[in-house]
Amino acid sequence: MNMVDSAQPFKTLLGPESDSQRTQYPYVTGTSVVGVKYKDGILMASDMGASYGSTLRYKSVERMKPIGKHSLLGASGEISDFQEILHYLDELILYDNMWDDGNSLGPKEVHSYLTRVMYNRRNKFNPFWNSLVLGGVKNGQKYLGTVSMIGVHFEDSHVATGFGNHLARPILREEWNENMSYEDGVKLLEKCMRVLLYRDRSAVNKIQIAKITEEGVTISRPYALKTFWEFNAFKNPTVGAEGSW
Amino acid sequence: MTKQHANWSPYDNNGGTCVAIAGADYCVIAADTRMSTGYNILTRDYSKICKLADKCLMASSGFQADVRALQKQLSARHLIYQHQHNKQMSCPAMAQLLSNTLYYKRFFPYYAFNVLGGLDTEGKGCVYTYDAVGSYERVGYSAQGSGATLITPFLDNQLKSPSPLLLPAKDAVTPLTEDEAVDLVKVVFASATERDIYTVSSCVYRVL
Repeated sequence: MNMVDSAQPFKTLLGPESDSQRTQYPYVTGTSVVGVKYKDGILMASDMGASYGSTLRYKSVERMKPIGKHSLLGASGEISDFQEILHYLDELILYDNMWDDGNSLGPKEVHSYLTRVMYNRRNKFNPFWNSLVLGGVKNGQKYLGTVSMIGVHFEDSHVATGFGNHLARPILREEWNENMSYEDGVKLLEKCMRVLLYRDRSAVNKIQIAKITEEGVTISRPYALKTFWEFNAFKNPTVGAEGSW
Repeated sequence: MTKQHANWSPYDNNGGTCVAIAGADYCVIAADTRMSTGYNILTRDYSKICKLADKCLMASSGFQADVRALQKQLSARHLIYQHQHNKQMSCPAMAQLLSNTLYYKRFFPYYAFNVLGGLDTEGKGCVYTYDAVGSYERVGYSAQGSGATLITPFLDNQLKSPSPLLLPAKDAVTPLTEDEAVDLVKVVFASATERDIYTVSSCVYRVL
Protein backbone atom coordinates (compact mmCIF):
# COMPACT_ATOMS: atom_id res chain seq x y z
CA MET A 1 0.00 0.00 0.00
CA ASN A 2 2.70 2.40 1.05
CA MET A 3 4.88 1.39 -1.91
CA VAL A 4 2.10 2.24 -4.36
CA ASP A 5 1.56 5.66 -2.75
CA SER A 6 5.22 6.60 -2.97
CA ALA A 7 5.29 5.59 -6.64
CA GLN A 8 2.36 7.85 -7.55
CA PRO A 9 4.21 11.21 -7.40
CA PHE A 10 6.74 9.99 -9.98
CA LYS A 11 4.04 8.92 -12.43
CA THR A 12 2.00 12.10 -12.08
CA LEU A 13 5.05 14.33 -12.48
CA LEU A 14 5.71 12.75 -15.85
CA GLY A 15 2.14 13.23 -16.97
CA PRO A 16 -0.13 10.72 -18.71
CA GLU A 17 2.57 9.42 -21.05
CA SER A 18 5.13 8.02 -18.65
CA ASP A 19 8.36 6.25 -19.53
CA SER A 20 6.54 3.00 -20.23
CA GLN A 21 5.94 4.33 -23.77
CA ARG A 22 9.63 4.74 -24.54
CA THR A 23 12.01 2.12 -25.79
CA GLN A 24 14.11 0.97 -22.86
CA TYR A 25 15.35 -2.44 -23.99
CA PRO A 26 15.32 -4.36 -27.23
CA TYR A 27 13.41 -7.66 -27.15
CA VAL A 28 13.75 -9.53 -30.45
CA THR A 29 17.14 -8.76 -31.92
CA GLY A 30 19.15 -9.56 -35.02
CA THR A 31 22.92 -9.78 -34.92
CA SER A 32 25.63 -8.46 -37.26
CA VAL A 33 25.29 -7.19 -40.81
CA VAL A 34 28.45 -6.86 -42.93
CA GLY A 35 28.72 -4.82 -46.12
CA VAL A 36 31.52 -4.23 -48.64
CA LYS A 37 31.99 -2.29 -51.86
CA TYR A 38 33.27 -4.35 -54.74
CA LYS A 39 33.98 -3.82 -58.44
CA ASP A 40 30.39 -3.73 -59.68
CA GLY A 41 28.58 -2.48 -56.60
CA ILE A 42 27.85 -3.50 -53.04
CA LEU A 43 27.75 -6.89 -51.33
CA MET A 44 26.02 -7.32 -48.00
CA ALA A 45 25.66 -10.37 -45.77
CA SER A 46 23.60 -11.21 -42.72
CA ASP A 47 22.26 -14.29 -41.05
CA MET A 48 18.58 -15.04 -40.70
CA GLY A 49 18.40 -15.27 -36.95
CA ALA A 50 16.41 -13.20 -34.46
CA SER A 51 17.04 -13.83 -30.79
CA TYR A 52 14.71 -13.29 -27.86
CA GLY A 53 17.31 -12.60 -25.20
CA SER A 54 19.47 -15.69 -25.12
CA THR A 55 16.99 -17.87 -27.06
CA LEU A 56 17.57 -18.21 -30.80
CA ARG A 57 13.86 -17.77 -31.37
CA TYR A 58 13.38 -17.10 -35.08
CA LYS A 59 15.56 -18.56 -37.79
CA SER A 60 14.06 -17.28 -41.02
CA VAL A 61 14.10 -13.54 -40.61
CA GLU A 62 15.19 -11.55 -43.64
CA ARG A 63 17.25 -8.74 -42.20
CA MET A 64 18.12 -7.22 -45.57
CA LYS A 65 15.50 -5.62 -47.78
CA PRO A 66 15.66 -3.76 -51.09
CA ILE A 67 14.60 -0.11 -50.95
CA GLY A 68 13.39 1.47 -54.17
CA LYS A 69 15.41 0.70 -57.28
CA HIS A 70 18.88 1.54 -56.07
CA SER A 71 19.34 0.60 -52.44
CA LEU A 72 19.50 -2.22 -49.95
CA LEU A 73 18.96 -1.86 -46.22
CA GLY A 74 20.36 -4.30 -43.68
CA ALA A 75 19.55 -4.00 -40.00
CA SER A 76 20.64 -5.44 -36.71
CA GLY A 77 18.96 -4.83 -33.38
CA GLU A 78 15.27 -4.76 -32.57
CA ILE A 79 13.34 -6.42 -35.41
CA SER A 80 10.05 -4.64 -34.73
CA ASP A 81 11.82 -1.28 -35.06
CA PHE A 82 13.34 -2.49 -38.35
CA GLN A 83 9.85 -3.32 -39.60
CA GLU A 84 8.66 0.13 -38.59
CA ILE A 85 11.56 1.73 -40.48
CA LEU A 86 10.65 -0.35 -43.57
CA HIS A 87 7.12 1.01 -43.24
CA TYR A 88 8.44 4.60 -43.22
CA LEU A 89 10.65 3.82 -46.21
CA ASP A 90 7.72 2.30 -48.10
CA GLU A 91 5.94 5.61 -47.71
CA LEU A 92 9.05 7.54 -48.76
CA ILE A 93 9.49 5.46 -51.91
CA LEU A 94 5.78 5.66 -52.67
CA TYR A 95 5.82 9.45 -52.64
CA ASP A 96 8.98 9.42 -54.70
CA ASN A 97 7.30 7.23 -57.32
CA MET A 98 4.17 9.33 -57.30
CA TRP A 99 6.13 12.36 -58.55
CA ASP A 100 6.51 10.29 -61.69
CA ASP A 101 9.30 12.56 -62.88
CA GLY A 102 11.86 10.03 -63.97
CA ASN A 103 13.90 10.71 -60.85
CA SER A 104 14.33 8.20 -58.08
CA LEU A 105 15.85 8.30 -54.61
CA GLY A 106 19.41 7.01 -54.58
CA PRO A 107 21.26 5.36 -51.68
CA LYS A 108 22.76 8.67 -50.52
CA GLU A 109 19.31 10.19 -50.17
CA VAL A 110 17.88 7.16 -48.39
CA HIS A 111 20.87 7.14 -46.03
CA SER A 112 20.36 10.81 -45.28
CA TYR A 113 16.66 10.20 -44.59
CA LEU A 114 17.43 7.31 -42.26
CA THR A 115 20.04 9.38 -40.43
CA ARG A 116 17.48 12.13 -39.79
CA VAL A 117 14.87 9.62 -38.62
CA MET A 118 17.26 7.90 -36.21
CA TYR A 119 18.61 11.20 -34.87
CA ASN A 120 15.15 12.61 -34.32
CA ARG A 121 13.99 9.56 -32.40
CA ARG A 122 17.13 9.81 -30.25
CA ASN A 123 16.31 13.46 -29.57
CA LYS A 124 12.90 12.40 -28.28
CA PHE A 125 14.55 9.77 -26.06
CA ASN A 126 12.69 7.00 -27.91
CA PRO A 127 15.24 5.50 -30.30
CA PHE A 128 14.81 2.89 -32.95
CA TRP A 129 17.01 0.23 -31.43
CA ASN A 130 18.84 -0.61 -34.66
CA SER A 131 22.16 -0.33 -36.41
CA LEU A 132 21.46 0.10 -40.10
CA VAL A 133 23.61 -0.58 -43.15
CA LEU A 134 22.54 1.12 -46.33
CA GLY A 135 24.18 0.24 -49.63
CA GLY A 136 23.43 0.97 -53.24
CA VAL A 137 24.53 1.99 -56.71
CA LYS A 138 23.13 4.83 -58.75
CA ASN A 139 24.51 6.21 -61.99
CA GLY A 140 27.65 4.17 -61.51
CA GLN A 141 28.31 5.64 -58.09
CA LYS A 142 28.65 3.04 -55.34
CA TYR A 143 27.55 4.04 -51.85
CA LEU A 144 27.81 2.21 -48.55
CA GLY A 145 26.84 3.86 -45.30
CA THR A 146 25.72 3.07 -41.80
CA VAL A 147 23.55 4.70 -39.09
CA SER A 148 23.49 3.78 -35.43
CA MET A 149 20.60 4.03 -32.98
CA ILE A 150 21.78 7.41 -31.70
CA GLY A 151 22.30 8.87 -35.15
CA VAL A 152 26.05 8.39 -35.62
CA HIS A 153 26.52 7.87 -39.34
CA PHE A 154 29.28 7.62 -41.89
CA GLU A 155 30.10 5.99 -45.17
CA ASP A 156 33.07 3.79 -45.89
CA SER A 157 34.26 1.03 -48.21
CA HIS A 158 33.28 -1.63 -45.71
CA VAL A 159 30.95 -1.44 -42.72
CA ALA A 160 29.56 -3.78 -40.13
CA THR A 161 27.20 -3.65 -37.16
CA GLY A 162 27.47 -5.10 -33.68
CA PHE A 163 29.92 -7.97 -33.37
CA GLY A 164 30.80 -7.50 -37.01
CA ASN A 165 32.72 -4.38 -35.99
CA HIS A 166 34.94 -6.41 -33.71
CA LEU A 167 35.32 -9.60 -35.75
CA ALA A 168 34.66 -8.80 -39.40
CA ARG A 169 36.15 -5.33 -39.91
CA PRO A 170 39.71 -6.31 -38.98
CA ILE A 171 39.52 -9.06 -41.61
CA LEU A 172 38.14 -6.57 -44.12
CA ARG A 173 40.85 -4.03 -43.33
CA GLU A 174 43.44 -6.64 -44.14
CA GLU A 175 41.90 -8.33 -47.17
CA TRP A 176 39.52 -5.92 -48.86
CA ASN A 177 40.50 -4.13 -52.02
CA GLU A 178 38.70 -1.84 -54.42
CA ASN A 179 38.54 -4.12 -57.41
CA MET A 180 37.31 -7.34 -55.94
CA SER A 181 35.27 -9.49 -58.23
CA TYR A 182 31.90 -10.84 -57.17
CA GLU A 183 33.38 -14.25 -56.32
CA ASP A 184 36.17 -12.70 -54.25
CA GLY A 185 33.68 -10.51 -52.43
CA VAL A 186 31.42 -13.41 -51.60
CA LYS A 187 34.39 -15.47 -50.37
CA LEU A 188 35.50 -12.59 -48.16
CA LEU A 189 32.04 -12.06 -46.73
CA GLU A 190 31.65 -15.78 -46.08
CA LYS A 191 34.95 -15.72 -44.23
CA CYS A 192 33.62 -12.90 -42.03
CA MET A 193 30.28 -14.65 -41.47
CA ARG A 194 32.08 -17.88 -40.56
CA VAL A 195 34.14 -16.12 -37.86
CA LEU A 196 30.95 -14.55 -36.56
CA LEU A 197 29.28 -17.96 -36.53
CA TYR A 198 32.12 -19.42 -34.47
CA ARG A 199 32.34 -16.58 -32.02
CA ASP A 200 28.99 -14.71 -31.80
CA ARG A 201 26.51 -16.59 -29.64
CA SER A 202 23.52 -14.99 -31.36
CA ALA A 203 24.59 -16.08 -34.85
CA VAL A 204 22.78 -18.87 -36.70
CA ASN A 205 24.11 -20.90 -39.60
CA LYS A 206 21.68 -19.68 -42.23
CA ILE A 207 22.94 -16.72 -44.18
CA GLN A 208 21.99 -14.63 -47.13
CA ILE A 209 24.26 -12.57 -49.33
CA ALA A 210 22.80 -9.62 -51.18
CA LYS A 211 24.22 -7.92 -54.22
CA ILE A 212 23.40 -4.47 -55.57
CA THR A 213 24.68 -3.32 -58.91
CA GLU A 214 23.50 -0.77 -61.43
CA GLU A 215 21.11 -3.45 -62.71
CA GLY A 216 19.35 -3.88 -59.38
CA VAL A 217 19.16 -5.83 -56.16
CA THR A 218 19.41 -9.61 -55.74
CA ILE A 219 19.23 -11.35 -52.40
CA SER A 220 20.48 -14.91 -52.45
CA ARG A 221 18.54 -17.88 -51.20
CA PRO A 222 19.43 -18.79 -47.61
CA TYR A 223 22.28 -21.25 -47.25
CA ALA A 224 24.54 -22.65 -44.56
CA LEU A 225 28.27 -22.15 -44.21
CA LYS A 226 30.65 -25.07 -43.99
CA THR A 227 32.18 -25.16 -40.55
CA PHE A 228 35.21 -26.93 -39.18
CA TRP A 229 35.39 -27.73 -35.50
CA GLU A 230 38.59 -29.77 -35.43
CA PHE A 231 41.01 -26.87 -35.05
CA ASN A 232 43.53 -27.56 -32.32
CA ALA A 233 42.74 -24.22 -30.80
CA PHE A 234 39.13 -25.31 -30.44
CA LYS A 235 40.02 -28.69 -28.99
CA ASN A 236 42.48 -27.38 -26.43
CA PRO A 237 41.40 -23.79 -25.94
CA THR A 238 43.45 -23.15 -22.81
CA VAL A 239 46.76 -24.54 -24.02
CA GLY A 240 49.36 -21.90 -23.40
CA ALA A 241 47.18 -19.94 -20.98
CA GLU A 242 45.78 -22.18 -18.32
CA GLY A 243 43.45 -20.33 -16.02
CA SER A 244 39.88 -19.81 -15.01
CA TRP A 245 38.98 -18.27 -18.32
CA MET B 1 7.68 0.75 -8.81
CA THR B 2 10.71 3.01 -8.78
CA LYS B 3 11.45 5.23 -11.73
CA GLN B 4 13.30 3.34 -14.43
CA HIS B 5 16.59 4.73 -15.59
CA ALA B 6 17.60 4.72 -19.21
CA ASN B 7 20.09 2.01 -20.11
CA TRP B 8 21.29 3.86 -23.15
CA SER B 9 22.94 7.22 -23.46
CA PRO B 10 21.89 9.72 -26.10
CA TYR B 11 25.53 10.81 -26.31
CA ASP B 12 28.70 9.15 -27.46
CA ASN B 13 32.18 10.55 -27.90
CA ASN B 14 33.49 9.90 -31.36
CA GLY B 15 36.82 11.47 -30.54
CA GLY B 16 39.17 13.45 -32.70
CA THR B 17 41.02 16.73 -32.50
CA CYS B 18 40.61 20.06 -34.26
CA VAL B 19 43.05 22.96 -34.52
CA ALA B 20 42.82 26.44 -35.98
CA ILE B 21 45.52 29.09 -36.29
CA ALA B 22 45.01 32.69 -37.37
CA GLY B 23 47.67 34.71 -39.16
CA ALA B 24 47.86 38.27 -40.44
CA ASP B 25 46.11 37.47 -43.71
CA TYR B 26 45.39 33.74 -43.56
CA CYS B 27 43.76 31.12 -41.38
CA VAL B 28 44.61 27.42 -41.13
CA ILE B 29 41.98 24.95 -39.92
CA ALA B 30 42.84 21.29 -39.45
CA ALA B 31 41.17 18.19 -38.05
CA ASP B 32 42.19 14.56 -37.89
CA THR B 33 40.24 11.91 -39.78
CA ARG B 34 39.54 9.19 -37.24
CA MET B 35 36.06 8.45 -35.94
CA SER B 36 35.95 6.12 -32.96
CA THR B 37 33.61 4.80 -30.31
CA GLY B 38 34.98 3.46 -27.06
CA TYR B 39 38.09 1.49 -28.00
CA ASN B 40 36.94 0.80 -31.56
CA ILE B 41 37.62 2.67 -34.76
CA LEU B 42 34.51 3.24 -36.86
CA THR B 43 36.20 4.77 -39.84
CA ARG B 44 39.63 6.13 -40.74
CA ASP B 45 38.59 8.53 -43.39
CA TYR B 46 36.15 11.09 -42.10
CA SER B 47 36.29 14.88 -42.30
CA LYS B 48 35.29 16.99 -39.33
CA ILE B 49 35.64 20.23 -41.24
CA CYS B 50 32.66 21.97 -42.77
CA LYS B 51 32.67 25.01 -45.01
CA LEU B 52 29.94 27.26 -43.71
CA ALA B 53 30.62 30.35 -45.82
CA ASP B 54 33.13 31.62 -48.33
CA LYS B 55 35.45 32.92 -45.63
CA CYS B 56 34.39 30.74 -42.76
CA LEU B 57 35.14 27.11 -41.87
CA MET B 58 34.15 25.12 -38.85
CA ALA B 59 35.88 22.10 -37.37
CA SER B 60 34.13 20.16 -34.61
CA SER B 61 34.92 17.10 -32.56
CA GLY B 62 32.72 15.28 -30.06
CA PHE B 63 29.50 13.41 -30.78
CA GLN B 64 29.35 13.05 -34.54
CA ALA B 65 25.56 12.96 -34.95
CA ASP B 66 25.27 16.28 -33.06
CA VAL B 67 28.20 17.73 -35.04
CA ARG B 68 26.53 16.84 -38.33
CA ALA B 69 23.17 18.21 -37.19
CA LEU B 70 24.87 21.44 -36.08
CA GLN B 71 26.73 21.80 -39.39
CA LYS B 72 23.48 21.21 -41.31
CA GLN B 73 21.66 23.79 -39.17
CA LEU B 74 24.31 26.46 -39.75
CA SER B 75 24.61 25.74 -43.49
CA ALA B 76 20.85 26.04 -43.83
CA ARG B 77 20.79 29.32 -41.89
CA HIS B 78 23.60 30.62 -44.08
CA LEU B 79 21.62 29.80 -47.20
CA ILE B 80 18.65 31.75 -45.86
CA TYR B 81 20.97 34.66 -44.99
CA GLN B 82 22.28 34.67 -48.55
CA HIS B 83 18.75 34.74 -49.93
CA GLN B 84 17.75 37.59 -47.63
CA HIS B 85 20.89 39.75 -47.75
CA ASN B 86 22.38 38.85 -51.13
CA LYS B 87 25.81 38.33 -49.62
CA GLN B 88 27.92 35.81 -47.73
CA MET B 89 27.94 35.82 -43.95
CA SER B 90 31.11 37.22 -42.43
CA CYS B 91 33.11 35.08 -40.04
CA PRO B 92 32.25 37.19 -36.96
CA ALA B 93 28.57 36.99 -37.85
CA MET B 94 28.75 33.22 -38.21
CA ALA B 95 30.59 33.09 -34.89
CA GLN B 96 27.67 34.75 -33.13
CA LEU B 97 25.17 32.50 -34.94
CA LEU B 98 27.03 29.41 -33.80
CA SER B 99 27.05 30.61 -30.22
CA ASN B 100 23.32 31.30 -30.29
CA THR B 101 22.58 27.94 -31.93
CA LEU B 102 24.53 26.11 -29.25
CA TYR B 103 22.88 27.99 -26.39
CA TYR B 104 19.45 27.30 -27.86
CA LYS B 105 20.03 23.69 -26.80
CA ARG B 106 21.42 24.66 -23.42
CA PHE B 107 19.34 22.02 -21.64
CA PHE B 108 20.03 19.16 -24.05
CA PRO B 109 23.32 20.31 -25.54
CA TYR B 110 24.97 19.58 -28.82
CA TYR B 111 27.95 17.54 -27.66
CA ALA B 112 30.22 19.33 -30.07
CA PHE B 113 33.52 21.09 -29.40
CA ASN B 114 34.02 23.65 -32.10
CA VAL B 115 36.60 25.91 -33.57
CA LEU B 116 35.54 28.40 -36.17
CA GLY B 117 38.20 29.81 -38.46
CA GLY B 118 38.25 32.26 -41.30
CA LEU B 119 38.95 35.78 -42.43
CA ASP B 120 37.20 38.70 -40.81
CA THR B 121 35.72 41.67 -42.66
CA GLU B 122 39.19 43.26 -42.94
CA GLY B 123 40.79 40.15 -44.35
CA LYS B 124 42.70 39.30 -41.18
CA GLY B 125 42.73 35.76 -39.88
CA CYS B 126 40.30 35.04 -37.06
CA VAL B 127 39.70 32.01 -34.89
CA TYR B 128 36.81 31.56 -32.50
CA THR B 129 36.75 28.80 -29.93
CA TYR B 130 33.64 27.37 -28.24
CA ASP B 131 32.45 25.14 -25.49
CA ALA B 132 29.47 22.80 -25.88
CA VAL B 133 26.87 25.36 -24.83
CA GLY B 134 27.98 28.35 -26.82
CA SER B 135 30.36 30.37 -24.73
CA TYR B 136 32.93 31.73 -27.19
CA GLU B 137 35.91 33.97 -27.58
CA ARG B 138 37.96 35.30 -30.44
CA VAL B 139 41.54 34.04 -30.13
CA GLY B 140 44.67 33.78 -32.23
CA TYR B 141 44.71 29.98 -32.20
CA SER B 142 42.83 27.13 -30.60
CA ALA B 143 42.65 23.37 -30.27
CA GLN B 144 39.54 21.37 -29.32
CA GLY B 145 38.81 17.71 -28.81
CA SER B 146 40.61 14.75 -27.33
CA GLY B 147 44.11 15.96 -28.23
CA ALA B 148 43.53 19.58 -27.24
CA THR B 149 45.34 19.30 -23.90
CA LEU B 150 48.38 17.94 -25.68
CA ILE B 151 48.37 20.51 -28.47
CA THR B 152 47.51 23.80 -26.78
CA PRO B 153 50.66 24.11 -24.62
CA PHE B 154 52.77 23.35 -27.67
CA LEU B 155 51.03 26.06 -29.68
CA ASP B 156 51.43 28.49 -26.76
CA ASN B 157 55.15 27.92 -27.00
CA GLN B 158 55.68 27.75 -30.76
CA LEU B 159 53.35 30.31 -32.23
CA LYS B 160 55.04 33.28 -30.63
CA SER B 161 51.67 35.03 -30.41
CA PRO B 162 51.45 38.01 -28.07
CA SER B 163 50.15 37.08 -24.65
CA PRO B 164 46.43 37.60 -24.11
CA LEU B 165 47.28 39.08 -20.72
CA LEU B 166 49.12 42.10 -22.09
CA LEU B 167 47.75 45.58 -21.67
CA PRO B 168 47.07 47.34 -24.01
CA ALA B 169 45.64 44.25 -25.74
CA LYS B 170 47.73 43.19 -28.70
CA ASP B 171 46.29 41.50 -31.76
CA ALA B 172 46.27 37.77 -31.10
CA VAL B 173 47.27 36.58 -34.56
CA THR B 174 50.54 34.77 -35.00
CA PRO B 175 53.45 36.48 -36.74
CA LEU B 176 54.32 33.21 -38.53
CA THR B 177 53.95 32.88 -42.29
CA GLU B 178 51.29 30.67 -43.83
CA ASP B 179 53.76 27.93 -44.74
CA GLU B 180 55.24 27.92 -41.27
CA ALA B 181 51.79 27.66 -39.75
CA VAL B 182 50.84 24.74 -42.01
CA ASP B 183 54.05 22.93 -41.12
CA LEU B 184 53.37 23.54 -37.47
CA VAL B 185 49.88 22.06 -37.83
CA LYS B 186 51.27 18.89 -39.42
CA VAL B 187 53.84 18.57 -36.64
CA VAL B 188 51.21 19.17 -34.00
CA PHE B 189 49.01 16.33 -35.26
CA ALA B 190 51.96 13.98 -35.49
CA SER B 191 52.77 14.69 -31.85
CA ALA B 192 49.21 14.40 -30.60
CA THR B 193 48.90 11.04 -32.34
CA GLU B 194 51.84 9.70 -30.32
CA ARG B 195 49.94 10.01 -27.09
CA ASP B 196 46.23 10.31 -27.82
CA ILE B 197 44.48 7.13 -28.93
CA TYR B 198 41.61 9.02 -30.46
CA THR B 199 43.77 11.11 -32.75
CA VAL B 200 45.49 9.88 -35.85
CA SER B 201 48.17 11.71 -37.77
CA SER B 202 46.26 11.71 -41.02
CA CYS B 203 44.57 15.06 -41.03
CA VAL B 204 42.73 17.33 -43.39
CA TYR B 205 43.59 20.95 -43.39
CA ARG B 206 42.24 23.96 -45.20
CA VAL B 207 43.75 27.37 -45.58
CA LEU B 208 41.84 30.53 -46.23
